[in-house]
Amino acid sequence: MVQETPIISFKNVNKVYDNGTVGLKDINFDIPRGQFLVVVGLSGAGKSTLLRTINRMHEITSGEIRVEDEAIDRYKGRSLRFLRRKIGMIFQNFNLVNRSSVERNVLSGRVSYYPTWKSLLGLFSATDKQNAVQALQRVSLAEKLYTRADELSGGQQQRVAIARTLMQNPKIILADEPIASLDPLTTKTVMDILKRLNQEDGITVIVNLHSVALAREYADRIVGLRAGEVVYDEPIAAVTATDLNRVYQEV
Amino acid sequence: MTSQAPHQPWLQRWHVKPIGWTILLVVLLVASSRMTGVDVGMFLSNLDQFTALLTRLSQPAWDYLPVIMRPLYETIQMAILGTTIGAALALPFALLAAGNLVHNRWLRSGIRFWLDLVRTLPDLLLAAIFVAIFGIGSTAGVVTLAIFSFGMVSKLFYEVIETIDMGPLEALESVGAGKLTVIWYAVLPQILNQFVSYFLYTLEINVRASTVLGYLGAGGIGVFLQRSLNEFNYSQTAVIILATLVVVMVIDGISNHLRRVLL
Ligand SMILES: Nc1ncnc2c1ncn2[C@@H]1O[C@H](COP(=O)(O)OP(=O)(O)OP(=O)(O)O)[C@@H](O)[C@H]1O
Ligand SMILES: [Mg+2]
Repeated sequence: MVQETPIISFKNVNKVYDNGTVGLKDINFDIPRGQFLVVVGLSGAGKSTLLRTINRMHEITSGEIRVEDEAIDRYKGRSLRFLRRKIGMIFQNFNLVNRSSVERNVLSGRVSYYPTWKSLLGLFSATDKQNAVQALQRVSLAEKLYTRADELSGGQQQRVAIARTLMQNPKIILADEPIASLDPLTTKTVMDILKRLNQEDGITVIVNLHSVALAREYADRIVGLRAGEVVYDEPIAAVTATDLNRVYQEV
Repeated sequence: MTSQAPHQPWLQRWHVKPIGWTILLVVLLVASSRMTGVDVGMFLSNLDQFTALLTRLSQPAWDYLPVIMRPLYETIQMAILGTTIGAALALPFALLAAGNLVHNRWLRSGIRFWLDLVRTLPDLLLAAIFVAIFGIGSTAGVVTLAIFSFGMVSKLFYEVIETIDMGPLEALESVGAGKLTVIWYAVLPQILNQFVSYFLYTLEINVRASTVLGYLGAGGIGVFLQRSLNEFNYSQTAVIILATLVVVMVIDGISNHLRRVLL
């Protein structure tokens, strides 16, 4: 059997912040296409840093990150925007534009497919407007199309954020503690949606979580970080509770 | 256990600070009036002249009203045009001066220095210069008001921009949007209401200012104000003052209402 090239691979990746804080230390691992990967670790372990290096929201200090078998560190301008276009990102605080409508928020996920002047004038094609409705249907919020974003509950806002990401037609979704400000029931809704996108659309999903229980429920594989280092990396079948607790030991 | 109030420090008990400040203020006032030669006695002894003026002002010549409708209208137009031009020019500069959008310290400080410079120019001086350049008329007034609004609004604008939520910007960047698109989608919606509010506020100030600017020949009602005063035609002056007051109050009212609705 021929091994398919991984969709993302980290090679000796280090990240030191300007103030000297070590964000990531000698990260080496591959993520195969279609995996549902959960990253766990204490606060400050470097989970957000790791995620943001994949779409170059953070720059690394040394090493190499490859996405779809291309080194991403040289991307600039247009090529960087094209990288980001195929990587959706979900945030803890949803990051919707509160004063804009749900429709406008969702359509904003599509702007990288248009020349700037069309984006500014809001000249989206009829197909994309249709797609926006469909994206909202997938998160069961189509009826909120014209509602202002700040009139939605947290869980609904996160679902709109997922719909926005779907407009990118992403191959990868990065989710940074997507459920940290949600109640248990809404948490399940949001995690189920992510799982479905992973299974039905084959999108590679990488989620940062604080909850080990949730990680074990949804992940194909769990990576544990501590002080910027990978201290745990197992497929879900091999994960045991006592093992996982190692990640949470004091440094 | 008895609850005991903490001991009040003597500084607070004897109101040392407020009393000290009051004394200092009075001293400064007296000293500065000495130095600049302001004669408070003369002000008081001339009060009867003031009442004489008031009696003459209290007989407005209402038939003069139709004559000043046009210049009054022109004054409002000047204010609206000047404010609009100034605010429109201020927006790009405010974006460049905002610390959360522009990380290049040199560019940002350069822009801010330049904006500070513009703000220090007194509007009366500007009006005098532009009347000399463009001649007597409303062009000079509009240009003056535009520059004055630019200086004021750009500072108000960039301070608003620095308070916005950066989350939506991060999201738009992660989508692959370019700089302009990020500003359009994630910055402008967050600041639009406050922009309109500051625009209206500046408009209020400009309507008032433009009456005075006209006095220097920069068009509008001020030209008529000056003429009537020069001719000692105080019954006309009274009409001008009253009409201007009404206009200013109406515009203040409208803009106050709009701002309340917006915020
Ligand atoms: N912009 C920055 N400048 C300097 N240090 C930073 C910066 N961002 C993060 N750090 C530091 O890098 C380390 C990793 O931070 P990171 O945000 O990746 O942690 P995390 O695992 O996501 O934590 P949390 O669970 O609290 O979100 C921390 O020590 C943090 O203080
Ligand atoms: Mg984090």
